[in-house]
Amino acid sequence: MKHKNILLTVAFFLVAFLLPLFVKAPYQLHILILIFIWAIIGTSWNLLGGYAGQVSFGHAAFFGLGAYSAGLLTLHYGISPWWGMALGPVVAALASLPIGVICFRLRGPYFALAMLALGEIFRIVFLNIASFTNGAKGILIMPAITSKELYYYIGLLALAVTLLTTYAIVHSKIGYYLVSIREDQDAATSLGIPTTLYKNLALLPSAFFTGLAGALYMNYVAFIDPNIVFNLTNISVMAILVVMLGGVATTWGPTVGAALYIVLGELFRTTLGSANVLVFGVLVCLIIMFLPNGIVGELDLIKRMVTRKKTSLSGGV
Amino acid sequence: MELFGQTVICGILLGGMYALIAIGMTLIMGVMKIVNLAHGALVMVGMYVTYVCFSEFGIDPYLGMFIAMPVLFFIGCLIQKYMINRLVEVDSILPENQVLLTVGIMLVLTEGIRVYFKSDYRSVITSYSGNTAFLGDMSISIPMLVGFLIAMAFTMLLHFFLTKTDLGKSIRATSQDRDAAVYMGVNASRITMITFGIGSALAAAGGSLLLPLFYLFPDIGHLFTAKSFIITILGGMGSTMGAAFGGLILGIAESLGATYISMGYKDVVGLVIFILVLLFLPGGFRSLVKR
Repeated sequence: MKHKNILLTVAFFLVAFLLPLFVKAPYQLHILILIFIWAIIGTSWNLLGGYAGQVSFGHAAFFGLGAYSAGLLTLHYGISPWWGMALGPVVAALASLPIGVICFRLRGPYFALAMLALGEIFRIVFLNIASFTNGAKGILIMPAITSKELYYYIGLLALAVTLLTTYAIVHSKIGYYLVSIREDQDAATSLGIPTTLYKNLALLPSAFFTGLAGALYMNYVAFIDPNIVFNLTNISVMAILVVMLGGVATTWGPTVGAALYIVLGELFRTTLGSANVLVFGVLVCLIIMFLPNGIVGELDLIKRMVTRKKTSLSGGV
Repeated sequence: MELFGQTVICGILLGGMYALIAIGMTLIMGVMKIVNLAHGALVMVGMYVTYVCFSEFGIDPYLGMFIAMPVLFFIGCLIQKYMINRLVEVDSILPENQVLLTVGIMLVLTEGIRVYFKSDYRSVITSYSGNTAFLGDMSISIPMLVGFLIAMAFTMLLHFFLTKTDLGKSIRATSQDRDAAVYMGVNASRITMITFGIGSALAAAGGSLLLPLFYLFPDIGHLFTAKSFIITILGGMGSTMGAAFGGLILGIAESLGATYISMGYKDVVGLVIFILVLLFLPGGFRSLVKR
């Protein structure tokens, strides 16, 4: 089983690495790059929300900080936004320290609400300090590179690093501590686990990689404004839904969820026009109601359902 | 001094209407123990029902709310019974599954409205929209005053309903201790459904009262979700009077922030107060009264 997983992972990255040789159309590459960005966001959210059980409704704060770090470098100093790829994650991680200190005093739904409020505060503040951030006008940069292949490989690399780091954290001692906090925080405390410290240890990489996704987004899309990158529904909530869709507390769940979210979104957009988000919302409701642990999380259940149908069919004949 | 008085009065009037929406949320939170993030979307749907009554049939928004309330009561009951309630038996990793489902519902309601009504800004202009009354040198907008008075009347009625009637007592019993209430013969699942319906109806009432004051568009729901959970936490959860008080506090704080800091930071004031209360006064202002 273990070997099979490693083989599958290697195969996935091999296929992903070779894919641009066959897929040349900019549109398809664009879709894949968006999937990578969302997979990074989802994987980072999953570390905190899925494994440690701290449901955050404010990951847009880190995404936006990453994006704005890259954008502001160019706006004020004329430095290439690529440096933002290094600065953005660091800024997001640094911001996560005080945020963690404030919000981890709270538990469960109260933590979720406090994060939601913090995310909104970031949005409104960035909207209002227009002299520094350009306010609602946003930041537009002229990207030096327009070839999609390059962004594709950078996105793939960033996703690989995110997945590997998350995997390493989850399968180390920290990972087990995090799961124990999710399952029963009081029991974890009584066994001597410093819960607040470990929650912060989960938030730090989570914020770091969300910031990375933000910086990548700035470089790729080349336009941001506070209502895009600090958006509650389109970033914070979607980060959660991507994970819910794919599978909570699974390695590949967020990536699967991101692929579904982007591909379905595009499909619905082309076929249903403005009703695309509506259909997506209905889908989300159905998934939460019938596959509460997401597609990867309920793989066994899905397999069982499929095989049962097959056996009953063959039994009927 | 006039400016200050004007600001405070405006805050109190707005706050009273916010409170009505928040009381709906606090009722649901008390009985179901979840944060209903679809609450703002329910307010928005209620506002659209009232808006349609006004634009299609010429029904005054203050009468239209009596159509919006039963409609939303019905929608709320359906959502609770066939969607959220199903999750009680479902086994999942994250305990916040019901909250996430309300996010999904929020998405469906908002986008459903957007598909039909588009994202256009709409407004209701009545003959008395621009009217003001004067108290000394301070002017008071008539729609705000009327909305506030109706909201207060509803709050008093609800208080009476919760403390004096059997159904109201059952709701309070269920929110205090669900198991004990079941042992006393309360049909807890029915009460939960009705509570969700009443919460939704109150959301519709609050939304209809605010309709003459706000522009209406599908995304306005987020604004009300944020305001009502801030108020709910401010007032101490599950407490009707606490929520009414919290609404007034938020209204005053926002309007002071808008006047003395800047219009753009008006919403930050509420959010900052919210985080401070969560951190330092987790029981809300109610815990101050009790002490």
